[in-house]
Formats: sequence, C-alpha cells, structure tokens
Amino acid sequence: MAAWPNPSEVLGKPATRLDGVAKVTGQAKYAYDVQPDGWLYGMILRSKWPAANVTKIDISKAQAMPGVKAVILSGGENRKVRYYGQELAAVAATTKQACLDALRAIEVTADPLAFVVKEDDAMKPDAPHVFDTPNVSDPKVEENGQVDQAMASAPVVYEAELRTQIQLHHPLETHGNTVWVQNDHVTAWASTQGVFSVRDGLANNLKMPQSNVQVICDYMGGGFGSKFGPGAHGGLAAQLSKAAGAPVKLMLNRLEQGLAVGNRPSSLQKVKFAAGKDGKLIAADITNYGSPGISGGGQTAGGGGGSSIAMPYIYHFPNSRVNQYNVVLNTGPASAFRAPGHPPASFSTESMMDELAVKLDMDPVEFRLLNDGDGTRQREYREGRDKFGWASKYQKPGTSPGTVKTGVGCAGGTWGGGGGGTKAEVQINPDGTVEVRCGTQDLGTGSRTVVAIVAAEAFGLHPGDIKVKIGDTNLPPSGGSGGSSTTASVAPAIWDTCQNALTALQQQTGVTDARGANWIDTCKKLGINPLTAQGAWQKGFSNSGAGGVNFAEVEVDTETGFIRLKKIVAVHDCGLIVNPLTTTSQINGGVVSGIGYALYEERVMDQMTGLLLNINFDSYKIPNIADMPDIEVVLLDMPERGVIGIGEPAVIPVAGAIANAVANAIGVRVHSLPITPAKVLAALGKVPNVPATSV
Amino acid sequence: MAVASVQVGAMADEISKAAGPGPQGPGPVPISLSINREKKDFNLEPRVTLLDALRNHGPLTGTKEVCDRATCGACTVFIDGKLTYSCMKLAIDAQGHEITTIEGLAKNGQLTAVQQAFIDCDALMCGFCTPGLVMAATALLASNPHPTENEIKRGCSGNLCRCGTYPHVIKAVLKASGAAVTENTTVIQVFGGTTSVSSAARTEPGPPGKIEATSPIQEIKYGSMA
Repeated sequence: MAAWPNPSEVLGKPATRLDGVAKVTGQAKYAYDVQPDGWLYGMILRSKWPAANVTKIDISKAQAMPGVKAVILSGGENRKVRYYGQELAAVAATTKQACLDALRAIEVTADPLAFVVKEDDAMKPDAPHVFDTPNVSDPKVEENGQVDQAMASAPVVYEAELRTQIQLHHPLETHGNTVWVQNDHVTAWASTQGVFSVRDGLANNLKMPQSNVQVICDYMGGGFGSKFGPGAHGGLAAQLSKAAGAPVKLMLNRLEQGLAVGNRPSSLQKVKFAAGKDGKLIAADITNYGSPGISGGGQTAGGGGGSSIAMPYIYHFPNSRVNQYNVVLNTGPASAFRAPGHPPASFSTESMMDELAVKLDMDPVEFRLLNDGDGTRQREYREGRDKFGWASKYQKPGTSPGTVKTGVGCAGGTWGGGGGGTKAEVQINPDGTVEVRCGTQDLGTGSRTVVAIVAAEAFGLHPGDIKVKIGDTNLPPSGGSGGSSTTASVAPAIWDTCQNALTALQQQTGVTDARGANWIDTCKKLGINPLTAQGAWQKGFSNSGAGGVNFAEVEVDTETGFIRLKKIVAVHDCGLIVNPLTTTSQINGGVVSGIGYALYEERVMDQMTGLLLNINFDSYKIPNIADMPDIEVVLLDMPERGVIGIGEPAVIPVAGAIANAVANAIGVRVHSLPITPAKVLAALGKVPNVPATSV
Repeated sequence: MAVASVQVGAMADEISKAAGPGPQGPGPVPISLSINREKKDFNLEPRVTLLDALRNHGPLTGTKEVCDRATCGACTVFIDGKLTYSCMKLAIDAQGHEITTIEGLAKNGQLTAVQQAFIDCDALMCGFCTPGLVMAATALLASNPHPTENEIKRGCSGNLCRCGTYPHVIKAVLKASGAAVTENTTVIQVFGGTTSVSSAARTEPGPPGKIEATSPIQEIKYGSMA
C-alpha cells in the first residue's frame, strides 16, 4: 500500500476529538450509563476475612427479600479465601437499596486463618503462609560479566535500598459491565480495554459459542492496564443475568476498586552501582522483592501483573546481576498498570545515577549523556535541558539558601510498544458519506479520532466528515488496548483499508483522483450501491521503541516538608505523531499520573484486619488540579519511523525526575515513594523515621 | 424532662420541614423534582440520593457516579445555581429547588463557551470527570468572569480527573473567559520539516499550536520500521 504521505494534509495536525460534544454534554454512554429495559442492579458480597476457611453461605433470607431477583454463589460454599474482598456471592435486585439490604442478609460462616498483608512481615521465617508454598518465590536471576570482581575494584560505588509502593489504578469509571443473557445470545456493555477479551471471557464463563456473545464499549472511563477480560465481577454479572432473566448492571464501588481489581506491585530494591573515575558505569548488582498480592493478573486477567521490574534499566553496565523475588500477600491481585515494571526501575536507577554523579562531581545531565547509549534520548536530554534552563537552574545538592529550597532533577525511560493484528472496513456511500469500522476501543486516548484522521488523510476529507464505529465485537477484530499498541495497530489498518477503498472507488468510477474536491462527484457515480473495502495492519507503517526524559523543578519547605512542583519539561518521541493535540494530552496525563506515584499515592493495608485503609479519594490521594506545575511538552517528530504509542512512555520518568529534584533541593535523599512531607522531614533529621507503610 | 421534650419536638419539626409533608418511608414515597426546568415525578425511598435519582430514575446519566462520598466532584450539579455534589444530597431534600445537570447547559444544541473551550483545548480524555468539571468551570466563570490561573486551580479543585486533563482544563477555562491561550507543546522535526502548523483543513481547529521546526540532526540513527 501507499506509504504515509509526505507532506501530509491531516496527519500530524492538531485535531479536536470526534466525541468531544458527546462528552461535554453528558450524552456519551458508558457501561455505567447503559440502561436496557428491565435492568437490575448487581452487587457482590465479598470476604471480610483476609484469610479464612468458608464453610457455609446461607442465601435463603436474601432470596426472600422484596425486589431481589437472583442470588448466586461465587465459587461454592466450602472454600478458602485469601484476601479481604474476595468474591463470595452476588445479588441482583430492582434497586440499589434492595441490593444493599440483600447483601446484609446473606449469612457466611467461616473460620478465620492467620494472614499477612505487608511485605516485610511476609518475608519473615515465621510468617503465616498465604499458600502452602513459601511466601517468597525462588529468584529469577539474570547475570552478565563478573559483578563481584568489578565491584571490588571499582573506584566509585554507591549502594542504597529503594522502595516503591503499591499504587491503585482508580479509573474514575469503576470496573464493571452491564450483561444481558437471553436464551442463546449475550449482549454485554463493558468498561474495558479489550472488547474481544471480554467476549471470550464471557463465552467461556457461560459455556456459549463466542459468536453468540456481543460486547460493546462505546465509551469507557479509564483503565490504565487494569481492564482486560470480564473479571470475576463480569462473570458474576453474566450468571446473575442468566438466573434473573434480565439485564444486570454490576459496577464496582470505590472500596471494591481498591481491593480486588488490580494494582501496581511494590518493590523493595537493594541496589549497588559502580563507576570509573571517568564516569563510565562499570557494574550493577540488584536484588528486588516485590509483591503482586495473591498473584499477578489473577481473575482480573491483566497481563504483566508480576512484580518483576525492568532492571538494570536504560544504561549499559558491562557487569550486571539481577535477582528478582515475588512476595505473596493476603491482598488482591496485581494487574498491568501503565508501563508495568518501568516506573519503579526508572525511579531507583535514576536515583542511583544522581548519587553517583554527586560522588563523581559531575553534572547529572552530562553523566547521563556519557552513559546513555540511545541517540534519541541523547537528543531529548539536550533539547529538554535548553527548554528547562538547566544550566542556570542546577546547583549542587543542598546549596539552595533559605528554608524553602529549590531543586532540579532529570530522569529517563524507555518503552517497546509496537503494532499488529488489526483489521478494518470502510463503507463509502453514494452521497459521499464515509463510515469506518474497527473493533478497537477508545480509552480516552483519542483512538476514535485517530481513525478519522487517517481516513480523512486517505480521502482528502476533514476528520469531522468521517463516521467512526469502534468498540464492538461485531466489527472487524482489533487487539486489546495495552502496551501502548493501539495507535500503532489501528492507524496502519485504517490506512490500508482506505487505500483499498480509494483504489476500488477510482476503478469503479473511472475517476483518476477521487480525493478532496472530487469526492462527492465521484461517489455519486457509485449509483445505488455503497462501496465497501477491507484492510489490515501491514508492516512498514508502525514501529516499536520509544524513549523519553523528564526535567523537574521543585520547591521544598524544610520546616513543613511540603513539596511544591514548579515545572516539568517532558520530552518524548513517538515516531509519526498522528495528532499533536491528543498526544500532548497523553503526555500531560502521564506526567500527572507520575506526580501521584512520586508524591501522593499509596495503598495502605491494616495489618490487624487485612482491610484496605485508604478506601476513597479523601485518603487515597490522587493529584488535583491545584497541584499542577507548569508542564511543557517537547515532541520529537519522526514520521519516517511510522506510528508508535505514547501512553506508557509518558509516565515512566516522572517519579525519578521529581525524586532527584527533591534530593537536589534538600541535600539528602528520600529512598521510598511516595515522597511525603513526613519522609522529607525524617530525611532532614527533624522527625523520627517513618516506616514505609505498604512495604 | 421538659427541656428534653422541647428539644425533641424542635428537632422533629426541623426534620419534617426538611423531608416535606406526608409520611416518609421506609418504602418508596412520591418525590417531585424540577430538573433542567422540567418537573419530574418519582416514587423513591427517602434514602435515595439525588445522584441515584438523576442517573437511575431520571434517567440523566451525564452526571457521573465515581466516589459517592463527596471527594471527586463527578456528580456536580447546580441546585438553585449553586454547585452541589449530588451524591451528598437526598433526592427528597432537593424538592422545591431548581436542579441543573450537564444535560441542561447546552440550549437547542448550542454548546456553551465552556463546553466549546473544553473541546477546543482537549480538556477531556476518557470524559468521565468532564461533566463535573464543566459544571465547576461554568460556576467559576459565573462568579468570576476573568479568573487567573491560580483562581482556576482553586475553583476547579473540587473535581478529580484520573487521566490528567488538568493542564488542558486550565487552558479551556482561560479560553472560555476570553483570554488568549497557547499550547505548551513544541514539535521538533528530527529529520527536517514536513509538518506545518496549518490547521486549515479542520472543521474544528484545535487550539493554536506553538510548533517550531529546528534543523535536522543527522548523526542520530534509528531502527528501521517494523
């Protein structure tokens, strides 16, 4: 097929979203909003024990209550539960209030067992076992060169223990589905990152052919890696619908969201880096203990939920050793979370790099330029350094005067991404209207608009002229939106499809150039039958491999420990930029998410009850608009590389850059995330050390 | 004892005033609400929140349920013009007041300046926080037509977003107030200029781009396309 056009008319120009009007007027229908005739509310009864042998679940009183249409068990009566929040039963009723009453009426008999919800406790020899096997797994080992010898003879060595917390996804639309099982057909409206994965999961759950299940996701309120497959809650919604003979909407509440549908695993990293007097890195020795709760992925079916992190990270060490251990806990399963394994690796690696730079008396950016072999990131450091004003802002750690100290830091990241496996279809009507169909979904990234932009480019039209149908398993298949692969998968498929359609249109009508001004007249020649064409992702239009660097400037009040972010410069590359407007939004979003990871967010478990303590946004703190620094985005546009995703790269370097800026400001380092005021004051010796709460 | 009786009686009076006349619950009771200048009659239990009533009995689902505990602002509506978290108000208590939801802002398909600015500045991603933020921004501009960036941060701080639209929300509110805004993004053409700033081909042009081309640097090597 034809190469990406150069120059382009629509690609690479800022375009507003196709679905903007629907979203600002409240007309956009999410899974949470769908209300088929006769729908029922669904709710789940969850274990209130972090570990127990359940012996009896009596649902008879709940079944008899007014408004209750179905009560089902989740996994039988005699079973072991391993975390607070594990599914035990589910109800469907005509009102929310009837559901709540019915949940209270279910009687569960259980023998509580010893449990453990904190990594440090789980690693002790006398800790209760989450499973029959030891809580700490065998290590995954990777070794290159002669680490011990290199360390022993290295002139500069720095060693530290760095920790990252368990972070919760908390998409604003909670996990959930509206499922309608009718005889041999199922319709499900899912809040999902992959309509086909939900279809296959529901078909499996209901023992029905996949072709009898239709999954729709017109709009979804965020996922960040945690919304693949129907989840245990989706399976329960399907069973409730089957039992009640009516559509069931089962959306989780905020507590359930924190307990049971995924999180970013913790890390406890013992890291030792060595460098030569010339500043060249020599060796890295890393041992990581991380917890994915009871498991990675688990029933939420998220990929990449294990606790391994991407170490050693972006720098080349001639000698390196990495030992990674999983630590199981009586807590909900981990799942993929925006760039799994990378933000903790960037945080620890870049913290170590800054400490080595101090020991070597080198400028941190120069030290990175010396050791980062990636040409793109080298360019990003140089561009970002100038935009940020690094030369005038950088000063030696702890030398900022006064009680409110300023500091700057930088950090880098990398991500794979890549595309594939997407098909599409286009229909051109005799009146010139165009409908493009593709079974992808728009998570809020702007993929619906990407489809329109590519089609508009192909036909010489405006994106607003294109009708886009996505988010439905009855459309040509596309993969789940994960791994920053959506744009790289979808854009080439749409381009191929539209090129096929254009060729067919021109052949059929005898018009040599049907595009743009000739479009309407050409389409009229189709007569009464619309033209349809299919296409698929092809090689040569997308790529994998993206980098990024962040520069951060902070102010730290050394009397209160409060950190105020002043500026972030985020420099990224993602090949051919399809839409700079929504790309900027993606990068802004990555920065905001990274700010939460760096400064505010942490799942806190109660070791006495095994319950999540910070249940809602009053205590699980996510970034607020009032926390926003000045965020500046710099994009390296490389259309020659084809399309590459940006969602995950954007989040990776943020925490490392902020952590380095804080250390630069106050002259001492906080070794764990989130960097709270209490930890800042403890690092300054003004208050006693606070133990990290989750790890 | 007498004092206690007076207190109990006074409290009962207050409750009956708040709850309206007639017997209240525990079963469903008639509740009448004025929503977007339209009278709607419901039969709801007194414990049903205004949010629940709007979304699930309205059905006006533009108002979103996110935290259900007054921490996120996604359920924001106007009650007699005043910003209110509808998850913290019982439907029965909203009787006799004029309720405006996100569906009530655009008149005859004509978007408000705030709604249009949210689209133009891409101040929305997944869109789940957007109705609440549009309501908050609308209320802010009604009381302060030309807010500073800090006043916008304060005025919209009752609304959470998880995708990270905040930087664009600030721009959108500034734009809706009539202020000039520029995108804080620089696009560098690594291999030389093919992209230009022109957005003439748009039906709805995005915000003005600050797009700069710099000279290509050829020494950088990239992998070939997959």
